[in-house]
Amino acid sequence: MNEILKSAFHRAMTRRNFFGDVGFKLGVVALAQMGLAQRTQAAPLALPGLPHFRPRAKALIYLHMNGGPSQLDTFDYKPSLQEFFGKNLPPTIQGGQRLSTMTSGQKSFLVAPSKFQFRQYGECGRWVSDLLPFTGKIADEIAVIKSVHTNAINHDPACTFLFTGSEIPGKASIGSWISYGLGSTSENLPSFVVLTPKWPAGSNGQAIYQRLWNSGFLPGKYSGVAFRNEADPVLYLPNPQGVDRDDRRKLLDALGDLNHHRHKQHRDPDTLTRIEQYEMAFRLQSSVPELADLSGETKATLDLYGPDVDKPGSFAQSCLIARRLVERGVRTVQLFHRGWDSHGNLPKELGNQCKDTDQGCAALIQDLKNRGMLDETLVVWGGEFGRTVYSQGGLSKDNYGRDHHPRNFCMWMAGGGVKGGISHGETDDFSYNIIEKPVHLNDLNATILHCLGIDHERFIYKFQGLDQRLTGVEPSKVIKEILA
Amino acid sequence: MLKTLITNRCILALITTGILSAVAADRELAFNRDIRPVLSENCFSCHGFDSKQRKAEMRLDIAEGAYGKAESGAVIIKPGDIKGSELWKRINETDPEEVMPPPKSHKKLSPETKNLLRRWIEQGAKYEKHWAFVPPVRPAVPEIRNPQSAIRNPIDSFIVERLTRAGLSLSPEAEKARLLRRVTFDLTGLPPTLEELDAFLADKTPDAYERQVDRLLASPRYGERMAVRWLDVARYGDTNGYLHDHRRTSWPWRDWVIKSYNDDLPFDRFVIEQIAGDLLPDAKPEQVLATSFCRNHLITVEGGTIAAEYLNEYAADRVQTMGTAFLGLTLNCCRCHDHKFDPLKQEDFYGLLAYFNSITEKHVENSNAVAYAPHIDAASPLAPDGPKAKVMVMQEAETPKPTFVLSRGQYDLPDKTRPASRRPPHVLGAPLPGAPENRLGLAQWLVSPQNSLLARVTVNRLWQQFFGTGLVKSVDDFGMQGEYPTHPELLDWLAVEFREGAKPWSVRHIVKLIVTSATYRQSSRVRADVAAKDPENRLLSRFPRQRLSAEEIRDQAIYVAGLLSEELGGAPVFPYQPPGLWEERANESSNTKVYKRSEGRALYRRSLYTFWKRTAPPPFMSIFDAPDRTACAVRRPPTNTPLQALATLNDEQSLECAKLLAARTLKEAPTTPERLALIYRRVTSRTPAEADLRTLQNGLESLLARYRTSPDDAAALLRQGVTPAPADLDAPELAAWMLIANTVLNLEATLVRD
Repeated sequence: MNEILKSAFHRAMTRRNFFGDVGFKLGVVALAQMGLAQRTQAAPLALPGLPHFRPRAKALIYLHMNGGPSQLDTFDYKPSLQEFFGKNLPPTIQGGQRLSTMTSGQKSFLVAPSKFQFRQYGECGRWVSDLLPFTGKIADEIAVIKSVHTNAINHDPACTFLFTGSEIPGKASIGSWISYGLGSTSENLPSFVVLTPKWPAGSNGQAIYQRLWNSGFLPGKYSGVAFRNEADPVLYLPNPQGVDRDDRRKLLDALGDLNHHRHKQHRDPDTLTRIEQYEMAFRLQSSVPELADLSGETKATLDLYGPDVDKPGSFAQSCLIARRLVERGVRTVQLFHRGWDSHGNLPKELGNQCKDTDQGCAALIQDLKNRGMLDETLVVWGGEFGRTVYSQGGLSKDNYGRDHHPRNFCMWMAGGGVKGGISHGETDDFSYNIIEKPVHLNDLNATILHCLGIDHERFIYKFQGLDQRLTGVEPSKVIKEILA
Repeated sequence: MLKTLITNRCILALITTGILSAVAADRELAFNRDIRPVLSENCFSCHGFDSKQRKAEMRLDIAEGAYGKAESGAVIIKPGDIKGSELWKRINETDPEEVMPPPKSHKKLSPETKNLLRRWIEQGAKYEKHWAFVPPVRPAVPEIRNPQSAIRNPIDSFIVERLTRAGLSLSPEAEKARLLRRVTFDLTGLPPTLEELDAFLADKTPDAYERQVDRLLASPRYGERMAVRWLDVARYGDTNGYLHDHRRTSWPWRDWVIKSYNDDLPFDRFVIEQIAGDLLPDAKPEQVLATSFCRNHLITVEGGTIAAEYLNEYAADRVQTMGTAFLGLTLNCCRCHDHKFDPLKQEDFYGLLAYFNSITEKHVENSNAVAYAPHIDAASPLAPDGPKAKVMVMQEAETPKPTFVLSRGQYDLPDKTRPASRRPPHVLGAPLPGAPENRLGLAQWLVSPQNSLLARVTVNRLWQQFFGTGLVKSVDDFGMQGEYPTHPELLDWLAVEFREGAKPWSVRHIVKLIVTSATYRQSSRVRADVAAKDPENRLLSRFPRQRLSAEEIRDQAIYVAGLLSEELGGAPVFPYQPPGLWEERANESSNTKVYKRSEGRALYRRSLYTFWKRTAPPPFMSIFDAPDRTACAVRRPPTNTPLQALATLNDEQSLECAKLLAARTLKEAPTTPERLALIYRRVTSRTPAEADLRTLQNGLESLLARYRTSPDDAAALLRQGVTPAPADLDAPELAAWMLIANTVLNLEATLVRD
């Protein structure tokens, strides 16, 4: 008897025999069939042949800084820019590339060097701005890619591209692809979970949408399940007032018995799948609250994440929940932190954004490492594009804004399969063009899949007569240099 | 050895095709049915239509290419001569440098596939034009000698002929109660009432069923039911999508759709008015309103967006929607490059785009208007004297915009050496002689006999609506990568009947043919004898059981609770929704950031009237597989998930319905067995079996005991929903019955139509 069947059988034997003998006996027979149904229908298994090779990571945590963090004020250190303060961006650098219409009408493009100090961290001597002191402490764990570039210049298409490999809505998101390919390793939780923590008041928060975690053309069961910050993390999760867990168990037993009566007549295996889904719903009703219950975490762990860890919906707490999800077998956790769209008042807004997230990011890496989970978990950090070196609107020594810049931006990766302490790619003195080792977002996605044991070229789903890939039709490549 | 993913798929496809097309050793192979799928899957990406990807100057998609010589000088395919055919040699090579397809393509031919190719070459390697691009001709209806089952109309003749060839037969007719539930859902989206059920069971006349069909087709609910599917195709929503997702007012167009189905507006008019109603001579306001179809796409008002980029995007969306809805082609592929599999060039895409990019629209930033120009003030066609709303429509600019092929599909890279002029795709023939060179001319061409696709694509989508799967499974792809029809003759017969039969272009006529066929009326019981021969039931030896749609599940609960509002059309409504769903994701400045629930009867409108916010669609609808309406969708692949279970168990509306269903049951029947039977039958249209009654009765008794001892819990439970139950009912008893009703509403028999 397999494990699933065993636990189901155990449940049947120990549950109170409430609805009489008939139901009970049917229930046991049914459970045997249910185990089968689960194996063939309900809980998704890996596709045959997958993973394509030995995976370095079993799970992915994607920390998405929505809105586009400024690379110039975080990781892309340009000390020589100070002498260009307030001067026009040289046309040779701008090169006639397209601009967003928010600044394309500006008469001048005055260079705004970062007002923040940078210092070196770790054995690798990585330069990190003073906005990210905690991230500085994990400098040796992360690989920073300075030469990421994307196709889109506005938020909506850029995010859609980042997560689905296409600017056009309707494709499958990366987490859905992973669930589809590798299946689920959690019996009690969905394999792809989305977290949407709160962000600082006053920052420019853009919308996020279901399509960023939808399954697109893949079957709907591979869609991400967005846990909410407030009220119930999963829609319709709690029983109504006046119905307790014991009541629910009994009601589900009755429902199962009635459905088994039907199944005996028409023999449609979908009925057994549906019975199993009701059982999974019952398990979710306890596994999700258990997930959110942090009372079992040690003080040392909680301290790592900082004082915000107690606040529901905070970024710090979401990072801890992300670790708990991965610990419980969830494949992909996609975390959306909003408010990084600093068109004006960048120093203040970006300062708030970094303060809100810095400790949580670093704590997540440290926590995973302490538990020996970092080797098997891939963590990715970054936005949908970067920001311009020239100021949007007024420029002073202390205040400036930056427009969208898709031509180069910084992302970092850590954990399963990635070499810590390295930098990859280089930009020109203005952080405006890539001069070395460009990494297209499709390359980044190919690399993520590679760490999970998937060859992106062979990872295909047929839709509308075409071989769909996360990485699209143009050739893309795994960034071998950052792999451990 | 582990085979690659694609090889597995390929073999699987072949096995399926093998069964369905009965590629028996004694049957002559047909290129379109048997061979083209193999070549398309394995060869065309390098040796096909796309000249840029073509390797070694060699193509296998046309006979001239295949019968020619390879670079080596060898003849590629010599009809009738395996040994003289280079293709045969190369697919059997063991040298990885030589073998086709090459290892790096990750494609591999199975022995069965090779055998198929060998037989085809031996039989003369005949090529055929792709079937879907040849206009349909009405085939003869097969003569069925000594039928084993009723043949009610020509549909059955085609289905039975095919079943007979596979050694199968139709199932017997479904029980009457089952049949009435099935057809009532299919034609109205609701279950039958007990009165309707009793009347039908009592009616012993031979045409009792046909009279039920006529009654249902005449119901205003029919138009609502049909409209739901069209709203998916037309990507209808009540917001603009994209970042701000502001509100728009398009619902008068939605009502135009309902009215069109209820009036059985001929489908050619339905197409012409939606594509080019504004261009009709003396266009009536309703005909202009119909063109809102072309404006249902998403619209961005994000600051910093580039006008040329988005205006191009909207025009491309119109082309893509038109292509999927009316041609069943994946035109968006040739936005960036020539189609890899179908004979569609980039010029074809931009030739179509040129019809749709010359309207008087302007790109707007940071505006939250309910409609962007061009728009009209329109009332609902269902209530012409009712309030008016601004609705976006089509209005042609004075002069057509010069259009060029865009390199790699980039809006800012027009290739000035490749101007695109308005015309239908070359492979589908020339523009209609004498037709205007605008959207009206395109629409007239779409509905003309020259277009081989419209009637086929439409009847196929109708077939899918009733049987779950199309005769062509790939309802969105009739191109070469699409699936070959299981019943090509039936598809063509239906297409021709639709276009020029007893009632030309009458959707209702085709629907009636389908639901009065013996094929539709048969039992859905799974047959052990069929499982091996036709595991997917593509040959229809039984009626396919299907889970109800999202709208049907919600509407059914409201209906059996006695709550449903039968008001037709009107502005969208805001029923129960868990709090915070809009607020937590919306853009700060969106005018759909705050969800304000409706009051009163608006809570109980049919689901198609629920306000559709595109970035956060109604959760109950999404959970039950409704698309998000951001792009044309012609299928809703059903899923079976735990979130669905939670929704029907715990959603406030579901619970309120259970409460009022319980209350009316307590009022309408005096004893427990009668009440249980009533509740079960009202919801499922079935009489419960003894075992069912026993399970329910045991459950009820324990629930009664539980709520009698904790009346506070009963009172808490009864607070679900704003409509109270009658005050004279005993609270613990009502609470117990409410959970029995909730259980019945969650039965497989309730959620499925079989």
